[in-house]
Amino acid sequence: MNEWKPRIVGFLCNWCSYGAADLAGVSRMQYPPNVRVIRIPCTGRMSPKFILAAFMKGADGVWISGCHPGDCHYMEGNYYARRKFALFKNLIEYMGIEPGRLHFSWISSAESTKFASVVNEVTSAVKALGPREHFIKTMPRVA
Amino acid sequence: MSEYLSKIKEISERLLKEEKVEIIIGFRKGTVPMMNEPCFAKTPEQVKELVWDSNCGINLANYLTDRKEKIGIIAKGCDSRNIVTHIIENKIKREQLFIIGVSCKGMIDKNKITSMFENEINEVSEDEENIIVKGEGFEKTLNKNDVLQENCKICVHRNPVIYDELAADLLVEQKDVDRYEDVRKIEAMAPEDKWNYFDDILSDCIRCYACRNACPLCYCPTCFVDESRPQWVGKSIDPVDTRTFHFLRAYHCAGRCTDCGACERACPMGIKVRTFTKKLGKDCLELYGWEAGLSLDERPPLDTYRPDDPEDFIK
Repeated sequence: MNEWKPRIVGFLCNWCSYGAADLAGVSRMQYPPNVRVIRIPCTGRMSPKFILAAFMKGADGVWISGCHPGDCHYMEGNYYARRKFALFKNLIEYMGIEPGRLHFSWISSAESTKFASVVNEVTSAVKALGPREHFIKTMPRVA
Repeated sequence: MSEYLSKIKEISERLLKEEKVEIIIGFRKGTVPMMNEPCFAKTPEQVKELVWDSNCGINLANYLTDRKEKIGIIAKGCDSRNIVTHIIENKIKREQLFIIGVSCKGMIDKNKITSMFENEINEVSEDEENIIVKGEGFEKTLNKNDVLQENCKICVHRNPVIYDELAADLLVEQKDVDRYEDVRKIEAMAPEDKWNYFDDILSDCIRCYACRNACPLCYCPTCFVDESRPQWVGKSIDPVDTRTFHFLRAYHCAGRCTDCGACERACPMGIKVRTFTKKLGKDCLELYGWEAGLSLDERPPLDTYRPDDPEDFIK
C-alpha cells in the first residue's frame, strides 16, 4: 500500500485522445490509474504555462496528446503545437528536467489500444525516474 | 568611428531639415562612462547630441513599438534585425521608417571592464583598436577585441539587413565562428548538473525585469509576470519562481531573438541570461533553418509549420 505512485497530468485533445480514453474505458481496457486528465479543445490551445504550472504544483510527469498530423479538427492546430512542443521540450530538458518527465503523443479517437499502451509507457517512464525533486515551489505562499 | 559619426549626423540633419522624418532615434552620451543612452532628436540642432562609439549596445528597435510618426533610426546589425521582427509583427510600418544603417564592429562589455579595476572609472575613450580607461590614479589601454560583449564576439550579422542609407561601408562578416559552443557544453551535462548549473547562474537574480525591459521583443500590454488571474509566475524570489520567469521570458523570444545582447547588458547582477535564449536560437536554426530578422517575407517559425517538421519526440 505504501508504494509511491506517480502523479501525471495528461492534457488530452477533446477531438481525439479524450475520445480514445472513452473508448478504452467502454472497452474495459486495463491501464494504470496515475494520469489525471485535463480536457483541452486542441493541442494548439496548449500554453507552455500549463506545463510549467503542472510541474510547479507537484506533478511528477506531464503528458500531452492530440490528433495525428493532418487530422486536426481545426485543420492545423497540431502542426503549430508540434513546433511549440519541440522547442519547449528541448528548453526544459536543457534546464535540467529529466527526459522522461514530459511526453507527447498522437492518438486518434479510434486508437484505444494505443491509448492504453501510451499510458503504460508514460507511467512506467515516470515511475522509473521516481518522485520529482526540482521545480516544486517550497517557500510558503504569501497571500 | 569619427567618420561614422559625422556621416550619421549629416544624414540625420538632412532628414530633419527636409522633414522626411519627424524624429531621429540614436544615441547620446550617458551620464556615466560606457553607458550611452537613447537620444530622440526632433530638431536639426539636437542632432549635435548624437554619438557613435563602442558603447551603443542598447537595441534601439525597443523604442519603435507602436509609434505613429515618421522615424529615422540608426541601426547596427542586430537593431536592423529587430526592426525586421517589429515590421513582421506589425509593431511598426516599413513606410514609417528611414533606416540609417551602420555596420557594427562590436560593442564593449562594461561589466567586464568595470571588474578589471578596483577604483571607479571616470573616463573611457577609444580609437580604432584600443579602449583607454581612465580613473582616479590609473590609466590603462585595453585591446578592444578582449573586452567585446560576448554576443558581439560571435556575431555573424554585423551589417544591417535592411537600410535606406548607409553611414559606413559594409564590413566583411565573420566566418567560421562557433556560435553555440557554450550551449553544446550544457546540453552534454547530466540533468542534475544542468539543474545545478542554472541554479548557480540564477542565484543572484533580483527579479528587477531589466532584461525584459531592455528587450525589443517584450512589448505585450500585460506581461505574463504581471498577470494575476491566473497568476502563472509567482512574484517572489523563490528559486522556482525565478527560474519560471527566466524560462518563460526566453520561451517568449523563441524564433524572434536576434542575440543582440541587450538583456545581458541591462542586467545589474551580471547574469548570463543569453544562455536561455541562445538554446532556442540554436534549436530554431537546427530544426527549422530559421534565423530571426533576416527577411521581411518569411513568417517566424512559431507562426508557421511544415507538414514534415521533425517529430521524433512524439509517440
